[in-house]
Amino acid sequence: MLTLTINGEDRQLDVAEDVPLLWVLRDVAGLTGTKFGCGVALCGACTIHLDGQPVRSCVMAAGGAVGRKITTIEAIGESDAGAKIQQAWLALEVVQCGYCQSGQIMSAAALLAANPQPSDADIDAAMSGNICRCGTYRRIRAAIKQAAAV
Amino acid sequence: MSETLATRDGPSVNRRAFFVGGAALVLAASLPMGSRIARAAAATFEPNAFIRIGEDGRIGLIMRDVEMGQGIWTGASMLMAEELDVGLDQVTADFAPPNEKLYANPVLGMQATGGSTSIRADWSDLRRAAATARAALVQAAAKKWNVDPSGCSVTRGMVTHAASGRSATYASLVPLAATLPLPKDAPLKDPKAWTLIGTSQKRLDTPDKVRGKTVYGIDVQLPDMKIATVALCPVLGGKLVRLADDAARQIAGVRDVLRLDNAVAVVGDHFWAAKQGLDALDIEWDFGPNAGLNQAQIVKGHADASSGDGIVARLVGDPETAIARAAVKLDAIYQLPFLSHAPMEPINCTVHVRPDGAEVWCGTQVPARAQAEAAAATGLSADKVTVHNHMLGGGFGRRLEAEYVGITASFAKQVPYPLKMIWTRETDIRHDRYRPYYYDRIAAGLDAEGRIISWTHKVTGSSVTARWAPPGMRKNGIDPDAVECAEETPYDIASLRVSWVRHEPPGVVTAWWRGVGPAHNIFVVESFVDELAAAAKRDPVAFRRSLLHKNPRALGVLELAAEKSGWGSPLPKNVGRGVMVQFAFGSFLSVVCEVEVSPASEFRLRRIVAAMDCGQAVNPDSVRAQLEGGLVFGMTAALYGEITLDRGRVQQSNFNSYRMLRMDETPPIEVHLVNSTETPGGLGETGCAAAFPALANAVYAATGQRLRRLPLNLPREATG
Amino acid sequence: MTLPLGPRRLFVVVLVAALAGSWLAWRVFDRDPDPSVADVHPTAELIARGEYLTRAADCAACHNAPGGKPFSGGLAFKLPFGTIYSTNITADRETGIGTWSDDDFVRALHQGIAKDGTHLYPAFPYTSYTALSRDDAVAIKTYLFSLPPEHAPARPDGLTFPFNQRWTMLFWNLAFLDEHRFRSRSTLSAEANRGAYLATALGHCGECHTPRNIAFALRPSKEFAGTILQGWHAYNISPDKQSGIGDWSDTQVANYLATGHAQGRGSAAGPMGEAVSNSLQYLLPQDVTALVSYLRTVKPQLGEPGTAAPWAAEKTAGDPGSRIFEGACAGCHELNGQGRETPYAALTGSQTVNDSKGLNLIQVLLSGASLQVKGGTVFMPGFASAYSDGELAAVANYVIGHFGGKTGHVTADDIREGRSGAELAAISLNSSE
Repeated sequence: MLTLTINGEDRQLDVAEDVPLLWVLRDVAGLTGTKFGCGVALCGACTIHLDGQPVRSCVMAAGGAVGRKITTIEAIGESDAGAKIQQAWLALEVVQCGYCQSGQIMSAAALLAANPQPSDADIDAAMSGNICRCGTYRRIRAAIKQAAAV
Repeated sequence: MSETLATRDGPSVNRRAFFVGGAALVLAASLPMGSRIARAAAATFEPNAFIRIGEDGRIGLIMRDVEMGQGIWTGASMLMAEELDVGLDQVTADFAPPNEKLYANPVLGMQATGGSTSIRADWSDLRRAAATARAALVQAAAKKWNVDPSGCSVTRGMVTHAASGRSATYASLVPLAATLPLPKDAPLKDPKAWTLIGTSQKRLDTPDKVRGKTVYGIDVQLPDMKIATVALCPVLGGKLVRLADDAARQIAGVRDVLRLDNAVAVVGDHFWAAKQGLDALDIEWDFGPNAGLNQAQIVKGHADASSGDGIVARLVGDPETAIARAAVKLDAIYQLPFLSHAPMEPINCTVHVRPDGAEVWCGTQVPARAQAEAAAATGLSADKVTVHNHMLGGGFGRRLEAEYVGITASFAKQVPYPLKMIWTRETDIRHDRYRPYYYDRIAAGLDAEGRIISWTHKVTGSSVTARWAPPGMRKNGIDPDAVECAEETPYDIASLRVSWVRHEPPGVVTAWWRGVGPAHNIFVVESFVDELAAAAKRDPVAFRRSLLHKNPRALGVLELAAEKSGWGSPLPKNVGRGVMVQFAFGSFLSVVCEVEVSPASEFRLRRIVAAMDCGQAVNPDSVRAQLEGGLVFGMTAALYGEITLDRGRVQQSNFNSYRMLRMDETPPIEVHLVNSTETPGGLGETGCAAAFPALANAVYAATGQRLRRLPLNLPREATG
Repeated sequence: MTLPLGPRRLFVVVLVAALAGSWLAWRVFDRDPDPSVADVHPTAELIARGEYLTRAADCAACHNAPGGKPFSGGLAFKLPFGTIYSTNITADRETGIGTWSDDDFVRALHQGIAKDGTHLYPAFPYTSYTALSRDDAVAIKTYLFSLPPEHAPARPDGLTFPFNQRWTMLFWNLAFLDEHRFRSRSTLSAEANRGAYLATALGHCGECHTPRNIAFALRPSKEFAGTILQGWHAYNISPDKQSGIGDWSDTQVANYLATGHAQGRGSAAGPMGEAVSNSLQYLLPQDVTALVSYLRTVKPQLGEPGTAAPWAAEKTAGDPGSRIFEGACAGCHELNGQGRETPYAALTGSQTVNDSKGLNLIQVLLSGASLQVKGGTVFMPGFASAYSDGELAAVANYVIGHFGGKTGHVTADDIREGRSGAELAAISLNSSE
């Protein structure tokens, strides 16, 4: 039995500690906002926050998250950076199919929280691990800058 | 309180009304979470397959087209909302159920979303449907008030008779409207009166997507559902011979091991258990006849076949004689690889088979085919199979195939619970259905003035149409997709022969990939036109200009792209500019690409400028987004895309070996739209098709090296 | 009749011949004998002990081929003079060693001679296994015979003349095989002696970590100085503080051996990763401690500078290596190289990133890494097929520069050469394919 603190709530989950956090969140805790894209930390779709830091949950054993704060896309809007990011995403209509966007938003929110005025190079570094097949990269960049300007 | 899967909440399926009748007053049974309770609820006016006006105020629009990111739900809703005179915020879009009769796309002739045909098909159909619905509701108001309908106006779903000051909501008119005959020939709005069409509206689907609330097929949750992943025989045509699953069954969370004649699935409480179980299986395959297949054989097969005559798709004049008179002659062979789709949402499907029927939850571009696959796999009749469609986490043509529904259903019928099957990314890429390999022979001759007096283009490759939609083949045997944008180019060509040799390579199934025929032929044509320009020692834009005088819209986008990109202005060392122009999917597009080539022959995209004339843009921001996205998708494939086989197996597996363009490699993309009131052209695949030649021509400009094989990669090309 | 040599020269010739003869006699007779003993009776306890020793000796490293059954052989060794394959050491009577007696097995391990009298090549490390006690060798055989026999015929060797003349190994053995059982050294503690036995007899660490001479024999004076083998750099594991592991703590060394990872020192990959997965992670804690003790006692060996202190990553905007790193690598390794999701992904402090030539880094970039440890599989994909030589060289130099604090000297040609040894297909977790 694992106790995980997810979006501010302690959840007791009947799952072994070596199961990747992604599947604990999706299949056991029922939070499907975090997505599966590749399973090997190459695409970023599974990005969540652990104590505010972006983490690829597909390669993180759930046991490693015990005692730490997990934040997922479902709650990122409650943070200042997350809310700004989501607003900018909608203002610039970043999203197409949307499947990668949970991960994009989580990576972007972590960036903005740590760096209120990210440069293009900072955005490259923080966001290039997130793949978008629909090709929304230019809008993502513009939206991060817009969110930073707020 | 601990939570196990068994006590978890019920499904998070979208609430939706369940319609049981035709264009009449109907009772709606709504589906609260986890249970079905038929209630005598609100009545609905259903004038046609697309519009549901509820007495409760709900304005439902049934989406014939599937939303996979291209924005069609918003576009189609705008068309209908415009003619209905309601706000976009007042409508709710819902998936159309499988029904080839009601929801076939008239351009495709079947219920499918693809081929960049949605807005072209919807432009008339949906506006007329909405105009008719509006007219019927106005008719009802006029009847109720005993006034002339022409004295009534509608704003945001409120019918008003100005002279008498009376007004009524659509909702209140529903019972009466349903009893009256539908008006014929309801006029469409004058474009001058448009409030939605032609404006950049906010999309309907994006708020939920940004909050992580959208339920994609892979996100479905049902009571007692179990999750499986699958091993398919690594070689097409092989069979399962032996399976030892003791180790797999010992793994915590593994519930079952299921088999088909060429696949094994492990079922678990969660995906990870299923995956660990799968990795612990000891599987023996008979790899079958394709076990020794390798890429060299596949290429040779195409090359050999290409010496055949093939079938002539189009013949104008006598190009073989004309070329003798040519001042400049050129011929070339172009080769394009198999390509995988790799949508971000890997292939998945959930099926629950019960004795009395089955339910399917998935994302599909072809709901009726998904239904048919499940029916065939379970032996049930199609009417006993319910398909719940979902937002797609990317389609790109992958989800025009529904084989995975059949596979899931074949497993699901072995168990009593709902079975969710998720493919790993490796399985998704290795068991994709690929864009065909093409081997093209092309030749042309120019006269002394640089006019094209002879042009022959022979395509060799698989026929997707013959497998996917046999009625689409022409009587003379031509697959129109194989020669699309080859038999017709924007250019003035005095004599031409375009032919096609059908060659079916073993070991793969070929399918629709974003851009389809144009993404193949436009690369060849636009690269070759560039080669002709160089042979004639002409500037690539000027050369094209001289060939486009009969095609003002194509010329228009070429000029716009050249102007906005600063064509002709100086560039830094090692940087080249390439141009291309196309008429595809009903739209005119010209793209200029700037690329920097490093001394080590690596390419860096610097800038892309696109000029688009798609006729009347319904949602201009959506047009831009589709172009930006399509160009990135195409550039990804142009730089990195290649599926190769060895020992019968696909060699690529995940994003380390099937590489994707990332944000730090994506240049600024500028899109310039021509204001036009012509009939809308298609959008979704245009940018993708344009990317390949734009980049190839830019590389030529930067290096003087002509690349005739994709993916574009100088060192590899140089070593053959 | 004239004499061919004068008296003085004749004297020299005779002297040399006598010395050679003495040396030969000494080499022939200075060995621990292998007296014939009847086969032991297998007991559960003996089998269990044999299993532990089989793991410690890491027979699986060579006798397990990918896709094959355990110990059924078939692993290819590409040598400069051709390819040889490991043999089937299961108890199959036809294709394995099922007909071998204990004496036969001991002879193979101690003398490098198979049951039928053919000489084995020293790719089979009998030069190390000769130090095993008979009891331990027999325990290993008993364990192997307790497993299901597998039918797997040996693959024919492809060696060029004269290297295919096995009988010539007789001379090589005369020169280089020190046919003695392990003897405790009075200069070492009991624990270090146990460690010496584990390292030199069982784990045969020197077969990878000790340089060889021109005849391909180990050079004892250079024990653990490090070598390059099949494209991988087996690092200097002597106690030298600059070039070896002298500045590692005992805990770090122990953790690295037992788990394949040490905080601040990196993770095992490639052949060492396999050694951890197949062998070292199964050692009892006291045996790990013993190994560490022994490692501390060998002579420090100079060489290339080893691990440096962790480096704070600085980003060079636009540099192609940094661009690839932030896209394809940072998701696991983090921009500061600390590795967030798993400590195995930490780059800072590892020998791999501190090597300017980047040998092991090249291998890992091309083929990835997969470490089976008790907690599961630690996995990194390979990037050979989709990234060019120049790109991989750029990433390698970026990593060496930013996490190793050294100037990387990896070239595109180095990557190209590395490809011929590396797997070109990406490693897939989907083992059923």
